[in-house]
Amino acid sequence: METVIHLRGAVALLGRFPALAGVDLDVAAGEIVLVRGPNGAGKTTLLRALAGLVPFTAGDATVLGHDLRRDRVRHRPRVGLLSFHGGLYDELTVADNVWFWTRAAGADQADAEAAMAVLGLDGRLAGVDVAKLSSGQRRRVALAVLLARRPELWLLDEPHAGLDNDARDLLDGLVREAATAGATVLVASHELERAGALAARQVVVSGGIVRDEETPGAA
Amino acid sequence: MLRDALLIAGRDLRVEWRSRVATNQVAPLALVIVMLFAFALDPARGILARAAPGLFWVAVVLCALLIVQRAATVESGDGVRDALRLTALSPAGMFLGKVLAIGAELLALEALLLVGVIVLYNAAPSTEGWPLVVATAALATACIAAAGTLYGVLASGLRVRDTLLPLLLLPVLAPVLIGATRAFEAAFAGVPADGWLWLGLLGVFALVYIVIGALAYGPLLEET
Amino acid sequence: MTDTAVTTTGSAAAPTGTGSMGTRVIGLAALVGAVFLVLLGLVWSPEDITQRELVRIMYVHVPSATIAYLCCFLTTIGSVMFLWKRSVWWDTVAYAAAEIGAVFMALACVTGAIWARPTWGTFWVWDDARLVTSAMLFLLLVGYLALRKVPGDPDVRAKRSAWLGLLLVPNVILVRQSVEWWRTLHQKATIQPTQLGAEMDGLMLFSLFCGFVVGTLVFAWLVIHRFRVAWLEREADESMLADAIAERRAEAIDSGTGGDPFGPRTGEAFG
Repeated sequence: METVIHLRGAVALLGRFPALAGVDLDVAAGEIVLVRGPNGAGKTTLLRALAGLVPFTAGDATVLGHDLRRDRVRHRPRVGLLSFHGGLYDELTVADNVWFWTRAAGADQADAEAAMAVLGLDGRLAGVDVAKLSSGQRRRVALAVLLARRPELWLLDEPHAGLDNDARDLLDGLVREAATAGATVLVASHELERAGALAARQVVVSGGIVRDEETPGAA
Repeated sequence: MLRDALLIAGRDLRVEWRSRVATNQVAPLALVIVMLFAFALDPARGILARAAPGLFWVAVVLCALLIVQRAATVESGDGVRDALRLTALSPAGMFLGKVLAIGAELLALEALLLVGVIVLYNAAPSTEGWPLVVATAALATACIAAAGTLYGVLASGLRVRDTLLPLLLLPVLAPVLIGATRAFEAAFAGVPADGWLWLGLLGVFALVYIVIGALAYGPLLEET
Repeated sequence: MTDTAVTTTGSAAAPTGTGSMGTRVIGLAALVGAVFLVLLGLVWSPEDITQRELVRIMYVHVPSATIAYLCCFLTTIGSVMFLWKRSVWWDTVAYAAAEIGAVFMALACVTGAIWARPTWGTFWVWDDARLVTSAMLFLLLVGYLALRKVPGDPDVRAKRSAWLGLLLVPNVILVRQSVEWWRTLHQKATIQPTQLGAEMDGLMLFSLFCGFVVGTLVFAWLVIHRFRVAWLEREADESMLADAIAERRAEAIDSGTGGDPFGPRTGEAFG
């Protein structure tokens, strides 16, 4: 199986603070991995660093075939990051946001429309300003953007937070579908029951390092 | 790159159109500044009419500061910077797009201010001065928009951005203020031939800032 | 963790001073030179025919202005080299030069104003492009230093500052050009600034030369020390990193693997 993520002794700093203090992690294509750990353990930094947003300052780090120590830009369009913050323009409507971010990622209008339809944003919500949405609705918009980009690596940071049960089921379905199609998914979550059922493998982040957890036999 | 620039410019103008900050706040402020100059300088003695070109550009620069800050605020939303870095857009295209959007807003503002100056200061460009006025406004706008976008991203992400940006940007705009004011003076005085020389200076300024801005925007955006 | 980081800074920097054999020689030479310059400038050299006693201020003013411009160039060169080589060394050079440059520029402006008041009858004239450019350069340096003093990640600050420092020289050239055209094209200069050098006799020229030598020595002494202080600050920061990583990894062992202890922690915003 092709290795999508390969980290050896990878260090990433937030300012002078070693948020990741030597991480070893290998993830193969098509895997769904639950990333667990207490607050401040380095989960968000791990996802952001894999997306190329935080530089690895030591160790080996290869993602989607790119050595991130050398180039942490070129793999980015192939990565979808659902961050804790939406990354949306409050002043624009739902449709404008999805359209802009889809175009900016190089995908086209049809992808944007399809993604909005899947997430139930094509009706009345499409014309509403993002500023007026609830946090769960914003999540859906961000998810639509991610879906429209068709990423090969999904990095989901607390994806279930703020979503109602229907939306959670929808999200889990989309993740499974993407993984079946060959995408790799990392889910950082505290919702161990739901995310644990989704992921075949669990890793624990603590004190800036990552350890594999015994697989509790899941999907 | 041009496609990226148009995409960004379109988005910035759309945000502006929907939030109406430029039309509801900056444009009225421009008129307030025009009024304040009249209070500070005695209109009866003709100082206003003589100083009109300079006052016009001071008002433009002050309002430009607000527009630049506003444009930087749009990008400072939670996670927006990260999201932009994850796109396939070229940084140079993003820079040009923001310059285009700020430039378009500035041109509209300058048109409004020119009307204000003509009406309130009783000073207007001579008939043969209009081509110079238009050319000066276009070039000076490019200068202000390019420098403003570059310094805007330079100060972005800092908690002290709003106070630091004027200190960094305003001294840098001094040559633009001098050049554009002299060119306008020539156009208002009916001797446009004296003014064209200054367009060369404005052109060099715009070129320097567009080139360095296009190069610097990517590296500066990368910094968290 | 941030707390311990702060306390180690002082102890790490403490044992090393910023003086060395080289700087002591430079410092001593500057001190001796300064005494010599005072005697030469104030006692031994004659007064000027037109400027009379006032010419003496020139022995300080002209060198400080020149050195300030030199610092400005050094800052831009350091910034460009940093962007090219990514070396902390050049970043520190740019920083030290900007700070010393601001000091010399302030000195040049003040001595210039003191000289101008009796000579031109006013502290300030707008007809001299050098004067206006110098004032603008001072403000640009102050802006650069303001950006440098914003607290934050030193690497990020270095990159931001480097782009600002790179623009310093182009900005000065643009300001200078615009002010010069402005004052020469549209208004006849009302006061011709006195040309230095033309009517100076040998001893006066020698005094000015000494001013340059002493100024350069003081500049070198200050820049080297400023550079070393900035460098040590930086090193102290770096030396903490290894400890910080070890401490960070120890957290993992303490907290164990099972469960999610939602213990209070500071440092990072979101898991």
